[in-house]
Amino acid sequence: MTDRGIDPATLWLVILALGAGSFGLRFVFLGLVGDRPLPAWLLRHLRYTAVAVLPGLVAPMVVWPAATGGALDPARLVAALATLGLGLVTRNVLVAILGGAATLYLGLYLT
Amino acid sequence: MRVSSTKRAYLQGVRDGLPFLLVVSPFAALFGIVATEAGLAVTETMAFSIVVIAGAAQFTALQLLVEEAPTIIVLASALAVNLRMAMYSASLTPHLGRASLWQRALVAYFLVDQTYAMSVARFEREPDLGMTAKLAYFFGVVTPICPMWYAMTLVGAVAGGGLPEGLALDFAVPITFLAMIAPMLRTFAHVAAAGVSVALALAFAFLPYSLGLMVAGLGGMVTGAQVELWLARRQPGQEDAP
Repeated sequence: MTDRGIDPATLWLVILALGAGSFGLRFVFLGLVGDRPLPAWLLRHLRYTAVAVLPGLVAPMVVWPAATGGALDPARLVAALATLGLGLVTRNVLVAILGGAATLYLGLYLT
Repeated sequence: MRVSSTKRAYLQGVRDGLPFLLVVSPFAALFGIVATEAGLAVTETMAFSIVVIAGAAQFTALQLLVEEAPTIIVLASALAVNLRMAMYSASLTPHLGRASLWQRALVAYFLVDQTYAMSVARFEREPDLGMTAKLAYFFGVVTPICPMWYAMTLVGAVAGGGLPEGLALDFAVPITFLAMIAPMLRTFAHVAAAGVSVALALAFAFLPYSLGLMVAGLGGMVTGAQVELWLARRQPGQEDAP
């Protein structure tokens, strides 16, 4: 536990604020807004939040992996593409994770 | 009769929730492992899973904490990942909006991808189902899924510290995210949003405080919305998805 870089106070702040914020997002319409319809433009943007944030988060981790000091790593790149491809074809999260992990270990073994 | 129909709805929910254990259990264990690898104590890891109870947001926050991003960026990014929950909340309101306040608060706490997906499908298939039965069904789906989320986080957190080096666990997070993203790419608008997000994230990676991710997220959202409008104009017969 000595090598941890995360400050405990920051960590607890994030846990509590994220918990409160997530509950707020889940409760906002069910609990407070009631039955009133939402503006179409808002719903249209809400639909794309997950596909707008997650790929942006993951892209630098794939292209510049921390484990190789930021150098492009063929094994990790191929594993990432395999995961994405399997997910697109099967639409199954678990199959994609297992297939991606298998590809990564095969790639690390070969390189 | 009322009691037995409520009980039936609850048991049906439990049955419908069970298959999701195959997805939720390894995912929760993975969070426990990755959090432990990042240096979190078991209590901290458990607090994450119990207080936040949203896998993708937890992984996002954890990753940015490891990268030492400013707290405000950590929160903004993880909450942006959870914005879809507001959509779930809006879509369940016509069905459960008249439940008591504490019941609605409990539903809100347990509103995750799987409980939402099963419940809304059921409620739309059987609109005549009474509100008590709908609530019972929702909590039926919750029963196997959410306790297992906590339990498997604990298993991962306890087992995680003992894992050997060389497992390349650094790449568990990207693989998990990619596996979650792929099934979300349902329409061209979703693909365009994801593509723009990747391009902007890489182009603006030089920005300090992980601000590149904010640029990527906003750019992706606007792209998705605009492409959707553009596609709708090209196919006037096609109605906007609800």
